[in-house]
Amino acid sequence: NFCVIFITFEGFLSRAGEANFPLAKMAAQEVQPSETIAKLKSESEALKTKLEEERAKLHDVELHQVAEKVDPLGQFVMKTRRTLKGHGNKVLCMDWCKDKRRIVSSSQDGKVIVWDAFTTNKEHAVTMPCTWVMACAYAPSGCAVACGGLDNKCSVYPLSLDKNENLAAKKKSVAMHTNYLSACSFTNSDMQILTSSGDGTCALWDVESGQLLQSFHGHAADVLCLDLAPSETGNTFVSGGCDKKANVWDMRSGQCIQSFETHESDINSVRYYPSGDAFASGSDDATCRLYDLRADREVAIYSKESIIFGASSVDFSLSGRLLFGGYNDYTINVWDVLKGTRVSILFGHENRVSTLRVSPDGTAFCSGSWDHTLRVRE
Amino acid sequence: MERVIVSMQDPDMGMKMRNQRLLITVIPHAMTGRDIVDWLIQKYTITEEEALHIGNFLVKYGYIYPLKEPRNLCLKQDETPYRFQTPYYWTSTRWPASELDYAIYLAKKNIRKQGELIEYEKECYNALHKRINHTWDFVVMQAREQLRASKQRRKADRIVLECQEQAYWLINRPPPGVMDILEQGPDRRNVSDVMLYMWCLPLKNKLCMFVWVCSFVKYCEQYQDHDPIMQGCLPSNPWITDDIMYWNMNSETVTMPTKLRVERWSFSFMELLNDPLGRKELLTYLEKEFSAENLCFWQACEEVRHGEASKIAAKVDEVYKQFLAPGASRWVNIDSKTMEKTLEGIKHPHRFVLDDAQMHIYFLMKKDSYPRYLKSELYKNLLAKAIVPQETKKSVFPFMRRQRHSSPSPALVTQTAEDNGKAKPSAAKANAGTASQI
Repeated sequence: NFCVIFITFEGFLSRAGEANFPLAKMAAQEVQPSETIAKLKSESEALKTKLEEERAKLHDVELHQVAEKVDPLGQFVMKTRRTLKGHGNKVLCMDWCKDKRRIVSSSQDGKVIVWDAFTTNKEHAVTMPCTWVMACAYAPSGCAVACGGLDNKCSVYPLSLDKNENLAAKKKSVAMHTNYLSACSFTNSDMQILTSSGDGTCALWDVESGQLLQSFHGHAADVLCLDLAPSETGNTFVSGGCDKKANVWDMRSGQCIQSFETHESDINSVRYYPSGDAFASGSDDATCRLYDLRADREVAIYSKESIIFGASSVDFSLSGRLLFGGYNDYTINVWDVLKGTRVSILFGHENRVSTLRVSPDGTAFCSGSWDHTLRVRE
Repeated sequence: MERVIVSMQDPDMGMKMRNQRLLITVIPHAMTGRDIVDWLIQKYTITEEEALHIGNFLVKYGYIYPLKEPRNLCLKQDETPYRFQTPYYWTSTRWPASELDYAIYLAKKNIRKQGELIEYEKECYNALHKRINHTWDFVVMQAREQLRASKQRRKADRIVLECQEQAYWLINRPPPGVMDILEQGPDRRNVSDVMLYMWCLPLKNKLCMFVWVCSFVKYCEQYQDHDPIMQGCLPSNPWITDDIMYWNMNSETVTMPTKLRVERWSFSFMELLNDPLGRKELLTYLEKEFSAENLCFWQACEEVRHGEASKIAAKVDEVYKQFLAPGASRWVNIDSKTMEKTLEGIKHPHRFVLDDAQMHIYFLMKKDSYPRYLKSELYKNLLAKAIVPQETKKSVFPFMRRQRHSSPSPALVTQTAEDNGKAKPSAAKANAGTASQI
């Protein structure tokens, strides 16, 4: 069964012009526009619910049901193994280097720091000309970092080991958006960067020339996060936004190939399941969810009544069995992906957890917080 | 938070309230910190630590306020009395909390305390006096009116109202040094004017659904032993023992890999290709089979796809000369239809012009060479010889921490190569070796 429903609201009606659209005409002449819209809205809600019910009837195979026969997880003891202190303000973003021990982090005061997290030594520091550096990424080669925020740009800094050299001198401005940069990621090489922005778009850039290679339109509000798919063909990525939608995009054509809208608030973080067949999302609605790309639907929801603050950042352990979620109530909740239950809650940060990533070889995970610190835990 | 508060006030399942004695006044509808924590533990089936954590937020965000020590917005798990904040002052209502309102509040306090305000409040008061001087008569008049009205109330009510108002202002105008709990970060646009359209793809059948959902279980099971956070890793997790043997034993250039690593190559073709060592082994095998050009072609295509835009034309030309031209030294065997399409496309080279050909070769390797490699003597011998590291226990004396050795920065490796005037083998290898996400 195919079913397409297309409904538009205020904006469309006002742009449509009375003469061309009978609906608009009716709205203008006979009935108050707001009443028609309200009626349409409630009708569409009713239809949506009915559709979901029909779909649910055919899809009563839930992940946690199938996982019933899987052995439950034991108690996990995860301690903080390293605390990285050095940022003078809220840590907003971090990323691991492929060497499994170095990380780059960025903060509200414009500082971007590269650390050897294993020794806790700071290796590089750059001060951006803007505040709220919300995005940073390590290049696959380990030779550069990218970052951006309220400057609406994404800049790439090659990492020089000459102590006298000012990193800022070699800075390359790559991406230009019309609103803040919320996330950035190198693709499979140092030569391309994928960005997401408060201007509602994502974009793919050529680093060397700063050329825009592809742009992705479809979100109705700020895009807050993105993640590249670990698929064989390596051509897709997922983004999440303030419109509560998670969209999957084809990088070649710029088309949105799949869309998921079950969250009840902003989606702050998206991350692919290691096989690439699904992705997890963390939202201000205090839940994390798992979406299966083949089934084209949500297959698990990770929530608890006692968790009342939004999830800002999510990532999987190497096997995909554990989902780590950093929350705005300063905690990290660890979920059993298959069974849907919470395995552990980790305290320690003294303010919001804003960013969380598992290391490339899965030996540890690092969380960054508004309390100015980063913690590496195992 | 409001959901929690409403549950707490439920007449049947909510908190038990009592009267609290505050010096000589009796305040009704109060509860102790201990009661709050106990209720949370019971209601949400959580630990004491978590309950205290949540309870603290209820106070910090002003949904519950303390009667004693009203300036200290935290939850104490004892007999300290607390009360629910009136919904009028709830954080979620987001009253603008204007300067005028704050001025009136401080003016009231000033009058009541006959000028003995706390230091920072005094500063704010003076600053406001300067800033909104033109409305100061109104401010003082309002303050006096409100004070007069409150004097009409019973003492208990008056105290409660003062506490509520004070809690509200402590949150909206935090004292210096206290975290601003209301800070949200940069503004995000609200979604309005939404174009709402939904679609349903063909509804898939139940069997497919079952297979897909089972695949997660399978994947997790397959990788469980390889997940260091779940199962640990041998010889030890560097972050726990400070011993970097695990990283050394699994580095790109190691001569003899670990057993787990070699096993992982058999999970999928992607796993084999993602590991530079695995790729090297595959190349050796393919050379024996005289089909090494497939892997080289695939790698060359990756470099086109992920390389600089300016170098695309040159790279495509190289690929054509080496792999696609008739009589090329490393000619790849692609089906005629794809070859035709590719040769046509090469006339106007772009980033994705080799995609079809690359896919064809990729799946050829995956369906044919890869399974045979896994059955080959080359692979089986390697698996047999592969290392199973001994476990290194954490140091018996916890205070004798191992020295944490630093490692050469990846940036240094490239820089040295550059300095020596050589080509950039490391960078290229790093790029090629990391040509996928995992």
